[in-house]
Amino acid sequence: MWWRSASFIMDRQRNEEADLKGDSSNPNPNPNISAYYETRAAHHGVVTSDWLAQAQAAIGPDPVPDPNPEPEPQLRPDPDKPFSVIDEFNSWRKQPHLAEAVAAIRALAAVIRSSKATTMMQLEIELKKASDFLKSWDTTSISLTAGCDLFMRYVTRTSALEYEDFNSAKSRLIERAEKFGEISYKARKVIAMLSQDFIFDGCTILVHGFSRVVFEVLKLAAQNNKLFRVFCTEGRPDRTGLRLSNELAKLDVSVKLLIDSAVAYTMDEVDMVFVGADGVVESGGIINMMGTYQIALVAHSMNKPVYVAAESYKFARLYPLDQKDLAPALRPIDFGVPIPSKVEVERSARDYTPPQYLTLLFTDLGVLTPSVVSDELIQLYL
Amino acid sequence: MDPSRRAPRAVIDPIPKIRQVGFFAPPERSQSGPPDPTHSSPPISSSLSPVMIPPPRHLSDNLLLHAPRPASSPLSAAAAAGGSGNSFDYGAVFFPAPLSPAIPSSSYSSRIIATTGEGGFFKGNGAGGGKVAASSFPRGGFDLTAMKKAAAASVVVPASELTTVSVVNDSLGIPEKEKGNKAGGSAVEVKDQPNSSKQQKPKLSKAERRALQESQRAAKAAAKGEGSKASGTVATMNAKPAKAVKPAQKVDNAAVAASEKKGGEIPPEKDRKKDAPQPRMQYDDKSRVEKAKRRAVVKQTEARNRVELFRHLPQYEHGSQLPDLEAKFFHLSPVHPSVYKVGLQYLTGDIAGGNARCIAMLQAFQEAIKDYKVPHEKTLVRDLTAKISSYVSFLIECRPLSISMGNAIRFLKSHIAKLPLTLSESEAKASLQSDIERFISEKIILANKVIVKHAVTKIRDGDVLLTYGSSSAVEMILLHAHELGKQFRVVVVDSRPKLRGQLLLRRLVEKGLSCTYTHINAVSYIMHEVTRVFLGASAVLSNGTVYSRVGTACVAMVAHAFRVPVIVCCEAYKFHERVQLDSICSNELGNPDVISNVLGREDVKHLDGWANIENLQLLNLVYDATPSDYVSMIVTDYGMVPPTSVPVIVREYGREQVWI
Repeated sequence: MWWRSASFIMDRQRNEEADLKGDSSNPNPNPNISAYYETRAAHHGVVTSDWLAQAQAAIGPDPVPDPNPEPEPQLRPDPDKPFSVIDEFNSWRKQPHLAEAVAAIRALAAVIRSSKATTMMQLEIELKKASDFLKSWDTTSISLTAGCDLFMRYVTRTSALEYEDFNSAKSRLIERAEKFGEISYKARKVIAMLSQDFIFDGCTILVHGFSRVVFEVLKLAAQNNKLFRVFCTEGRPDRTGLRLSNELAKLDVSVKLLIDSAVAYTMDEVDMVFVGADGVVESGGIINMMGTYQIALVAHSMNKPVYVAAESYKFARLYPLDQKDLAPALRPIDFGVPIPSKVEVERSARDYTPPQYLTLLFTDLGVLTPSVVSDELIQLYL
Repeated sequence: MDPSRRAPRAVIDPIPKIRQVGFFAPPERSQSGPPDPTHSSPPISSSLSPVMIPPPRHLSDNLLLHAPRPASSPLSAAAAAGGSGNSFDYGAVFFPAPLSPAIPSSSYSSRIIATTGEGGFFKGNGAGGGKVAASSFPRGGFDLTAMKKAAAASVVVPASELTTVSVVNDSLGIPEKEKGNKAGGSAVEVKDQPNSSKQQKPKLSKAERRALQESQRAAKAAAKGEGSKASGTVATMNAKPAKAVKPAQKVDNAAVAASEKKGGEIPPEKDRKKDAPQPRMQYDDKSRVEKAKRRAVVKQTEARNRVELFRHLPQYEHGSQLPDLEAKFFHLSPVHPSVYKVGLQYLTGDIAGGNARCIAMLQAFQEAIKDYKVPHEKTLVRDLTAKISSYVSFLIECRPLSISMGNAIRFLKSHIAKLPLTLSESEAKASLQSDIERFISEKIILANKVIVKHAVTKIRDGDVLLTYGSSSAVEMILLHAHELGKQFRVVVVDSRPKLRGQLLLRRLVEKGLSCTYTHINAVSYIMHEVTRVFLGASAVLSNGTVYSRVGTACVAMVAHAFRVPVIVCCEAYKFHERVQLDSICSNELGNPDVISNVLGREDVKHLDGWANIENLQLLNLVYDATPSDYVSMIVTDYGMVPPTSVPVIVREYGREQVWI
């Protein structure tokens, strides 16, 4: 009720003006659209209105359309810099199966390798700057921020660095960085293994969004010759459900596609809900694709378990209290018809699901209850 | 001649037990090692003080009682004064350990004594103990241990009579040394307290053993039995057991004139003002008579209007303590003047709030440590710990400790115990003072700043924040958010009788914040426009329960029903490993007279003279317990955590405390 008040509307307009001013500090040339979703769209060849607009604009000055114009502005202000963490990150990011956080981790590891610092203090400062730069590339990506923070914590959390000479310390750092990247890369397989005990023959699973971890879980279950059925939500406007159902059909899994509003209608047929997570926050709740909260509410009221498959590098020290407590990750929404200019569109791409609606979290640290997330974060960051 | 013959028999019986216990003590120590005693004693004192006040007093009294016992045998052997000093230290070293082996041997006898004792007194304790055990398992263990120790100490009561006589002789024999007199006086003061409760229990056991020999004792036991059977809420029946107790004690103490006088005064000292009037025993008869009359008056009012549900908590007349303490401010006292002053401020309510009380207490301890001198033939670690314990007992009498103060005392005692023996006196004192200073600056002041930094991120433009009462952490958060230029409104909810929200309201309005003031009865009407609730806390317990001023649970539950997030701001040093499911087992009772008057309305006098109405009791609770289900987030100096993560903070905090 309070957010309809005049003061809130005025504050919102003021914030929009502040967003415009903040363009110069953000390395992303288009901050109104989450770079994360742009990358996902590029991976899967999804045509969006903004993409079309960029393509048409590109035709004018350049005959060949460039779908990834982002990296270019970064090279111009620093022509003398031989290495760019953004370039490294973008090259890793182009792999469709690599998580964004893992790409950031590998980019930071490359920073250590190519660093020309001669003291540990300089190396740490350089690493900190690279980490902050990466995080500012997309301030709305929780897994990116959490991955960078965990990497910094993991790599620099060794007291032996102070007593070694610089070269051996640097090599130790590189070793730990590589190890952390390897652990993070294998997290998906660990989670898939842990989740098999919860999938039984004849069960029906409802999934929402195209989470690569959830896909890995279902894939391994299919490979183990388990018979189960998957309900995919349509996942507008990205049509993630269509993509997931396509992938599952290739594995000979029985799939049913639902429109997003059909979740409550079919919940009585469902045995469990599987969702991924953009981020796992300190309260034990998750931040995921828009609609997850709605599905969790329905599942909770109908006593269906909600399982979350998420890597531990997505654990973030955030504590949202409600949906509006997070910075919105905006994305373009194509309704297929032109929208009148007076109509306001909710373009947030994700929502927050409180921990009381989640049953278990499948992570590479083990199968956790939501209340354990804070314990893990406290022990790691304390 | 008969009484003199009985006394030696009573003394002879416990001597073999003491000797056996003495032999057992050294091997236990060698096995457990030095860190175990430090771990064992602090949690008992800290966990007991907020739970049950009588047991820790007995424990400290027992320690002091055990110390002079070796003096009796050296005195009989005509030992020198120096020798007695050494024996004091020797006794202090040995006697704490024997308490634990003594428990199993005497547990059965103590239970028998308890069942056959005075029904009113013991039933009340039993009921409280039962509730405690039922509601919280880990704390029940502590209470049972404490009760066993108190009961075990009662078994050794007959020896204390002889000890009392010997101590009196000591004080008479060495009039030259003032310290000796002070020590003797304090020893007498301490000893008289347990005598009153202990003398009743063993007499019953004696009556059972010698029922055939003594017809008088059988008659007295029958009288006590009648008292226990008739015990209940009727006031007239409560008077009879008190009357029966007095003549019994007088007859038993007929041997010595001085002890007879003390015996006469012991019964009314069941109240919690035992330390205050003790020095007056040295004054003339007139003041003594006046004191007895005052005590009788206080006792009567207690008997009439005690709230049954909270009989396990100290209920005593307010307003009579302060004049006594003020009158004796300039008299010689074992309590350091700075601690004495802080106690008076607790009584008057000038210092209120967990942080303010804790800081004042620690600063008073700093002053006391600065002025402290190690007595001859004593070690700083043990003597200073005992002195701190006596100061804590005094502060508990002025007002029961909060959990934050208990944690701070535990911290201080652990640091005293860990002082290296190689340090000189001045170095040790400087180290302790810097430890206290660091505790105040890091765990309280710096923690508040971190809490403010975290909590401010949850305040957005357009928010309506609700707070209840007056919390220093919440006030700092609101002022800092205002300094950052955030546009929000504050709703201050208040409640009688203290109306502390008015003070907070005044400070916020001075800073230019937009405020709304209401009372707690209207909280459901205003909650629909609230977007966040910020609450302070006196303590956060292991199961996430928030222990705070009474009314907090009500506000949190209303906010939960309206789906408004409830944010509790609490420093980590206020976390405690105790588990509590309700606010009855442990609480603090305020002055009932406060709620019978309306501030600013002198004409409203409907409850004048409420103490004279037998069917009416006024209950002024100070704290309540908010279950963790109604708390959305706890902001502490370790970040923002859900209530389910409090045990992790307690564990990490405890470990960090050891590092310091």
